[in-house]
Amino acid sequence: MKAFAELYAALDETTKTNEKVAALQRYLSAAAPEDAAWAVNFLVGRRPKRLLESRKLAEWAIAEAGVPDWIFGECFQAVGDFAETIALLLPPAAASTNLPLHYWIEQRLLPLREADDETRRAWLVSAWREMDEGQRFAWNKLLTGEFRVGVSQNLVVRAIAETGGLAPEVVAHRLMGDWLPTAEFWRQLLATEAAADISKPYPFFLAYPLEGPVEELGEIGAWQVEWKWDGIRAQLIRRAGHTFLWSRGEELITDRFPEIEAAGAALPEGTAIDGEVLPWQGGAPLPFAQMQRRIGRKALGKRILSEVPVVLMAYDLLEWEGRDIRERPLEWRRAQLESVPRDAALVLSPAVEAGSWEELRRLREESRARKVEGFMLKRRGSPYRVGRRRGDWWKWKIQPYSVDAVLIYAQPGNGRRASLFTDYTFGVWDGGKLVPFAKAYSGLSDEEIREVDAFVRRNTLERHGPVRMVKPELVFELAFEGIQRSPRHRSGIAVRFPRMARWRRDKKPEEADSIDTIRGLL
Amino acid sequence: MELRPNGLYCAPGDFYIDPWEPVERAVITHAHPDRAHPGSRAYLTARAGESLLRAVVGPEALVEAAEYGHSLKLGGAAVSLHPAGHIPGSAQVRVEYDGEVWVVSGDYKLEPDPTCAPFEPVRCHTFLTEATYGLPIFRWPPPAETMASTHAWWRANQEAGKNSLLYANPVGKMQRIVAMLDRSIGPVEQVTGLPAPERQAGDLPRLVLAPPSLHNTPWSRQFAPASTALAAGWMRIRGTRRRRALDRGFVLSDHADWPSLLRAIDATGAETVGVTHGFRGPLVRWLEEHGRRAVAVDARFESDL
Repeated sequence: MKAFAELYAALDETTKTNEKVAALQRYLSAAAPEDAAWAVNFLVGRRPKRLLESRKLAEWAIAEAGVPDWIFGECFQAVGDFAETIALLLPPAAASTNLPLHYWIEQRLLPLREADDETRRAWLVSAWREMDEGQRFAWNKLLTGEFRVGVSQNLVVRAIAETGGLAPEVVAHRLMGDWLPTAEFWRQLLATEAAADISKPYPFFLAYPLEGPVEELGEIGAWQVEWKWDGIRAQLIRRAGHTFLWSRGEELITDRFPEIEAAGAALPEGTAIDGEVLPWQGGAPLPFAQMQRRIGRKALGKRILSEVPVVLMAYDLLEWEGRDIRERPLEWRRAQLESVPRDAALVLSPAVEAGSWEELRRLREESRARKVEGFMLKRRGSPYRVGRRRGDWWKWKIQPYSVDAVLIYAQPGNGRRASLFTDYTFGVWDGGKLVPFAKAYSGLSDEEIREVDAFVRRNTLERHGPVRMVKPELVFELAFEGIQRSPRHRSGIAVRFPRMARWRRDKKPEEADSIDTIRGLL
Repeated sequence: MELRPNGLYCAPGDFYIDPWEPVERAVITHAHPDRAHPGSRAYLTARAGESLLRAVVGPEALVEAAEYGHSLKLGGAAVSLHPAGHIPGSAQVRVEYDGEVWVVSGDYKLEPDPTCAPFEPVRCHTFLTEATYGLPIFRWPPPAETMASTHAWWRANQEAGKNSLLYANPVGKMQRIVAMLDRSIGPVEQVTGLPAPERQAGDLPRLVLAPPSLHNTPWSRQFAPASTALAAGWMRIRGTRRRRALDRGFVLSDHADWPSLLRAIDATGAETVGVTHGFRGPLVRWLEEHGRRAVAVDARFESDL
């Protein structure tokens, strides 16, 4: 736990990726295999199922700190991080633990789930008393599972690869799928030859957005063009008589989509298809919000299955006849993919034919009508790579919708944005009133955030808990992807991925858009 | 004592304490820019703070300096200055009129500081305290511990051939750090004013102390490769350090932490406590729940660091 808390601090203390990788590598090469396995488990974002309610954790910390309840809220607002607030609030540490990470997780953390509240409380308090402040913080992070420490999966992969003298692609692949954080797993992760796991998916290849004019990509003939679908990126695998559907978040989602599972069962042995799970009806996608209705459900009834049927829109073939074919050129993989037996729930992502970029540009105008986000451009000769890479795959998205709206509410952010007003609600005109229309958190520079923060503090009209109602004065251009009617929203409209495109300092609040204009976008 | 548009005013003595606007007579607790402003006719300050105040108000201003503990008559009021332990020459202002004693503490801390006289508890009826760090999450480690981690950071940077950019308030904090530095680790450069001196070609890696406003500027970038750090109480919170994109944060404050605030308030025996700056609300509520009369007092200038 000592070394792990130091690792956490070291990762937290630098913004430079090389230093992060070096810190990870130092930790991993010195750690016992069972500790390294647990560390990797948390660092790649896996966490144990919820152990206990945050509310209770706070309650016990408050009692241990001997402070009134209300002050916890004040402190949390200043700190912006739950685990950290508790670590800072507990009485000064008088001890420090030398027991290893796997002891703390296996003997002290996981058993909490089975215990009753009185026991949990006693165990937690005694754990805090055995730790110093940095250890308490790391421990609280393990408890709450909010384990973000500014380390991407790529960095963890790099560090493991360097520790074991392996290729990063091999490590990335071994980290996919289901595994248990054990000493044995760590040894296999670093082994020169790994044992096969029949469910293991391949790491996804991700595209960057196209930056310059599309003409810079050269001859259009060198590119395969597909529509960019808005669904859940997934990999369908058929091996050893079993079907597995993995999401990009490496969650096994096979039982969520029985239609696709059935389609998978019809695939030949040793097949892996990359594609997009889409809500699909009558040869066209349904709005993504429909899919959300389905994802949220534990049990899938007949009704939802018939109202929101799904398909896997297949666009690449990664494994065929039991062989990894990712190094083969895309055109070869595509030809194979077209020969794979399909059924109603397995659709081939059509190739878009265009003789020139100019023609493609015109076709792109149809994106909205076709309910897609634009194009994917894939170099015909390219292999299927690992992770987000430039050069071979580009997403060429359509311009987002945009609306000018007025800042009406603000509240402080979390984490590194705590104690700054960074979360905003925007209103648009409805008659003489501003109605809340969308919330947005991203898109401003740090400089602009500080400016808006200062504005909020000087122009607060009312306070509702952490939320400030501000003088309607600042106008922002909001960009968003989709727009839909929604009875749950006060404006009657819900938008997808809203963010601030720019600060319209040149506009007065009266010049912001009205709800009628926005309804016109529907 | 009353709050006027120009600041905190003492009617019997006809003077202001740390006024926001120019006035006839100003009593200054310390020479930070949120407390001392040029333009008033006459100033009163502690002897040890005279030169710092002079730098703010200019050579023409009328500045009177008093020894700590020495009582002066201002109108009908007896006024004396007592060490606040905040920065060199910082003072609490004790005002007695008609048997009533007020103490306006300005900013203060209870930790040892080699550059200024230690905080002196003064008994009073009404105590005006700061609450810059008025939450129980603010608890300072002993300064020696903070300096040990600062030294370890500096030493590691020296070994890696990197400069160490340590940002600190140039009035007070920087002198305090310099007084505690282990000079055997490497060369030290101190930047207090603007324009800041340029880096010279062939300079060996060094510790550069600079005002926080120089962080992430063309000036600071010429020191690359460098590790950056800030010394302040806010560094107790990870978010405030990460938001500024600093590599390290060292918790070293010239303000009272939560336990010190409570201890200092207790030691005054005050019946009424006025709370200004920072986390006023929580401290007022806490004091009230612990049987003291407390009121929040608004201040025009709030400093971030």
